[in-house]
Amino acid sequence: METIRIEKKMKTNTEKQHEIVSAEFMPDENFSTKRKVMNKIETKNVHCWYGDFHVLRDVTIAIEPNTVTALIGPSGCGKSTYLRAFNRMNDLIDGFKLEGDVLIDGKNIYDKQMHVNELRKNVGMVFQKPNPFPKSIYENVAYGLRVNGINDKKVIDETVERSLKQAALWNEVKDNLHKNALGLSGGQQQRLCIARAIAIQPSVILMDEATSALDPISTGKIEDLIAELKKDYTIMIVTHNMQQAVRVSDKTAFFFLGDMVEYNNTKEIFNNPQQEHTRNYVGGRFG
Amino acid sequence: MNNEDIKTLKNNSFKVWAVFATSIGLVMLGILLVKIGMDGMHRISMQFFTSLPSRRAEEAGIFTAWVGTLWIMGTTALIAIPVGIGAGIYLEEYSKKGWWSSFLEINISNLAGVPSIIYGLLGLEVFVRLLHMGESILAGSFTLALLILPIVIVSTRESIKAVPKTLREASYALGASKWQTVWMQVLPAAAGGVMTGIILALSRAIGETAPLIVVGALTYVPFTPKSVFDSFTVLPIQIFNWVSRPQAEFLVNAAAGIIVLVAITIVMNGSAVLLRNRWQKNVKW
Ligand SMILES: Nc1ncnc2c1ncn2[C@@H]1O[C@H](COP(=O)(O)OP(=O)(O)O)[C@@H](O)[C@H]1O
Ligand SMILES: [Mg+2]
Repeated sequence: METIRIEKKMKTNTEKQHEIVSAEFMPDENFSTKRKVMNKIETKNVHCWYGDFHVLRDVTIAIEPNTVTALIGPSGCGKSTYLRAFNRMNDLIDGFKLEGDVLIDGKNIYDKQMHVNELRKNVGMVFQKPNPFPKSIYENVAYGLRVNGINDKKVIDETVERSLKQAALWNEVKDNLHKNALGLSGGQQQRLCIARAIAIQPSVILMDEATSALDPISTGKIEDLIAELKKDYTIMIVTHNMQQAVRVSDKTAFFFLGDMVEYNNTKEIFNNPQQEHTRNYVGGRFG
Repeated sequence: MNNEDIKTLKNNSFKVWAVFATSIGLVMLGILLVKIGMDGMHRISMQFFTSLPSRRAEEAGIFTAWVGTLWIMGTTALIAIPVGIGAGIYLEEYSKKGWWSSFLEINISNLAGVPSIIYGLLGLEVFVRLLHMGESILAGSFTLALLILPIVIVSTRESIKAVPKTLREASYALGASKWQTVWMQVLPAAAGGVMTGIILALSRAIGETAPLIVVGALTYVPFTPKSVFDSFTVLPIQIFNWVSRPQAEFLVNAAAGIIVLVAITIVMNGSAVLLRNRWQKNVKW
């Protein structure tokens, strides 16, 4: 009962927010000065299915730019599915279906006019297991540019250097740019994947348990990196590590069996959860 | 005897049988190679490679045969590789899973088991007669290409299938199109396996005799082909020709020819194995 009420309340809040935003900006397309107010990402009443299996039910969330949002919840509750809705990675799966609105910068990314390859250039993703291409470090970072038709060597050189610096990897690899990326350590590989994602200058970065395969030191480096990248990107992470969520995220959404149970400031979720399920989960009673 | 003892006994007797079966194969092969080596080794010389066929056994050589084999293999490869890889990519990456793709899949596996002489008859009817290629290298190559196509397709599919999903996802997540993903990531990652399949397929084709005889390869060719429209002979046909002669001297030539053919096949299969091992070692995701 209570879950439903709170969800409803939150929904109306975000809907209102969206209406205000729309009303304010509709007449004037040139809203750059007031952009701060606008939500970077929104989902409204999103449902997902794998075939007949209803994995996500009625998820409504609004995310501000330059924030880190953590998605938490027990395995199989739909966090990855939700995260992959933002770069339409689920579209690759036969039988996947999504209903509702997923907005980035106010545009519905499931619109017919939206080109999925363009979307993915704007929404980068880092996966659970580091998955560099079996090519050189340099080519890994350059790949995103090449598939976008950028072949100017000078531009690529600069971008590779800038991205690797931003991913805090440059100093470790600058003398070995043409070595195979598979020779790097797991932590380095994951930072390379981050460099690869930011090379094409997305505005959103999705990370699906990006540190779960890494040792604590590598994990710490990536957490520092997330805090740094927040200045330029809007970041969503999935994590099973509660401390990590507390350390790096501004907002947290708790998922349970396909429902988004609670979404709030991270501090609130961990110190003062409103829902029984959230309380049990962050208190470590199931996981 | 209790249960465990019976199990051990069964296990051991099976092991003995397996070792025995393997050794029979190896011993037979060994005897064959030694016999042929003794018969033909002394005949292998520069003259043997550079001489035209002749009525006199000691003057005859395999020049037109190995040049013809080169032509046939080259042309076969040019036809079978692009078509086979293309079909493999289509089946694995593009075709929707359904009755049509299962139908194709079953038929391709079946094709791999069709006796090669049937391909010869098909080649004779379609390439030689219907398409007026005549009894040429082109007709022979198309026939052999058809014969090895299933091997190329299946090995391409298998190697593409072995490329992990995470690699594709990484590519798509950067905004790459399907075509870019297949061409720039999946195929290079699968290249080792694809090449292995191609080499094995070609080493099968190089020993084929029956289908080429059916499409009209000649047994006596005193000249080398100048283009794919010329008539030709190949090594196994030359060997076949010599074996069927009554004079013993020609058997020596046949043995020498077999040594050359076996050597080529061993080199090809060996490089396929090396390639596969290297590929498996280098690529660990
Ligand atoms: N490709 C798929 N096909 C069918 N079911 C899937 C697929 N991927 C995930 N699921 C199911 O959807 C549910 C949610 O999965 P997921 O989003 O990966 O959860 P989480 O990331 O929270 O562990 C799980 O029950 C999972 O088994
Ligand atoms: Mg997951």
